[in-house]
Amino acid sequence: MIDLIAGTNRLRLIAIAVVLAALVTLPFWVSGIYYINVGSQILFFAVFALGLNILVGYAGLVSLGHAGLFGISAYATAYMLQLGAGHTTAIMVALVIGVASMAVFAVLSLRSSGIGFIMITLALGQILWGLAYRWISVTDGDNGIPVRGRPAPFGYSLTDPVNFYYASLIVFIVAVAMVFIFVRSPFGAALMGTRDQPRRMNALGYHVWMIRFYACLFSGLLTAVSGILFVYYTNFISPQTLALTASAEVLLMVISGGPGTLLGPIVGATLVVVIKTVVSGFIERWNFLLGAIFVAIVILVPEGIVPGSVRLWHLIARKRAATPAAAEAEPTATERTP
Amino acid sequence: MNFWLVLTVNSVTFGGLLFLLASGFSLIFGLMRIPNLTHGSLFMLGAYIGGSIVIGLFGFKMNFWLAAVLAALTVAALGALIERFLLRQLPGDQLAQVLVTLGISFMAADFCLMVWGGDPMSVTTPEGLGGFARIGGAVFPLYRLAIIAIAVVVAIALWLLLDRTRLGAMIRAGVDDPDMARVVGIRVSQLFTIVFALGAGLAAFAGIIGGPILSVYPGLDQDMLPLALLVVIIGGAGSLLGSFVGSILVGFIYNFGQALLPELAYFVLFLPMLLVLLLRPQGLFGRHVP
Repeated sequence: MIDLIAGTNRLRLIAIAVVLAALVTLPFWVSGIYYINVGSQILFFAVFALGLNILVGYAGLVSLGHAGLFGISAYATAYMLQLGAGHTTAIMVALVIGVASMAVFAVLSLRSSGIGFIMITLALGQILWGLAYRWISVTDGDNGIPVRGRPAPFGYSLTDPVNFYYASLIVFIVAVAMVFIFVRSPFGAALMGTRDQPRRMNALGYHVWMIRFYACLFSGLLTAVSGILFVYYTNFISPQTLALTASAEVLLMVISGGPGTLLGPIVGATLVVVIKTVVSGFIERWNFLLGAIFVAIVILVPEGIVPGSVRLWHLIARKRAATPAAAEAEPTATERTP
Repeated sequence: MNFWLVLTVNSVTFGGLLFLLASGFSLIFGLMRIPNLTHGSLFMLGAYIGGSIVIGLFGFKMNFWLAAVLAALTVAALGALIERFLLRQLPGDQLAQVLVTLGISFMAADFCLMVWGGDPMSVTTPEGLGGFARIGGAVFPLYRLAIIAIAVVVAIALWLLLDRTRLGAMIRAGVDDPDMARVVGIRVSQLFTIVFALGAGLAAFAGIIGGPILSVYPGLDQDMLPLALLVVIIGGAGSLLGSFVGSILVGFIYNFGQALLPELAYFVLFLPMLLVLLLRPQGLFGRHVP
């Protein structure tokens, strides 16, 4: 861990410290509960996007059914609470159900990768949506399930928006740390190997299917955690949360920010939540805009905003460094590593 | 006895509609290797456009069948435009193409909501088909029988097109091995536009034909798209026979599920998909795993 931190340069460390300080002190310099709530939303959607990014970015498997998994954990929490279970039990059951559903998703969809994976996860996600919508005796259909009250760990009631914000922040930081360690672990390297060269990895003796399966479980865990935070935030869950639009929204977070980067999904989540909040304030056409942004990003900035601006930054930095000795400066081929 | 018979006719009718929708989806999938996620929206768009023409649009009113053909042609042109100007920008990048079709589907859904509003639109059954046919002791709605007949005619026409014409041979070559097809001089990317337009037109046609049964409402696209996906997963991509068998199968399971287990109708669909994925991942009549 120490040498991991030492490996990152000082500028980056300072940036991380500044962002962290800003996040921790946010409730003090932001006036109004409204904005603190937007902050909480960004944080748990970022956890969701980080979870999806494990598959989209690091495993090269695009899932269009993640809202189903997000929703099933949320439903499990709400349903358990409705049955009269305590918060701890409800959360535990929801985590288990979320990860177990992801396991089922993975077993079915990992029969193929690429387009087949998209299709099967999409179909499975829609089936979960259909279940939430029609299985009225459990989910109450379109009416959804209300959730009364939020837990109060260590005596801090999360009903207070500021406390809820801090709870989300803690979960968010833990999630980021987990993904950070995961990506730099040998397992993370193996996962990226299966993304880039599945056949070679297979020939080297790696069990490609198993590696992808574990990656799915990790992704499912983060998704379930964010789903639970979501249901406590809104105090309500309805089939809308599981719709294809929701899966697309989180995929947009990952793709717009930059799949396969740690920062990308966080930036993407911020972007999508802020645009959605601002836009839905004065027009109803969020879905139209969502679709338009999707098309625009895929065609214009396919690599995502974070890698795109990093590339731009390097380009500018190199140009500036190269100006004194522009004649000798050789164009480097390392600029675009795949 | 009568209940089962009616349910069976309804299942075959729904299967026929699904075939109109899914055959184009399957062809596009087989040829371009992408699931066209706008397919549900094209279905809905066809239904809305056709329905508006039947009711009367700017004083422009038409007979049901003419309206259906006109809606299909309009949406086919739209499909050609989408392929030509958006998907063509991303040659060979299937993932990006899928995401573009997803984005367009949201725009189309919101567009429909903007233009036609949130209230369902009912499409009247075409004249002369509102009645019932008595066969033996059972009574069948004529219109449902007509849909079955249309689906069979379209199936035969598609089969003739694919199996007996030069264009069909080129499409089959493209489905089987696009690289080799290019080598022997077939302009596969031109086929993309043709097949995409054909699929879009068929989907729109299915939408308006299904209008009197399903009615037209926001969210119809998201109801139909997974069914088309299931048909292709079960039947196999790019196979006409596969989409036919898959459609009838899904039609039966969906209708029987809805009648017998209304709460779990969607979930029951999961079972055939599960079986096919476990036992025959390429689909019943597919040649390769997508």
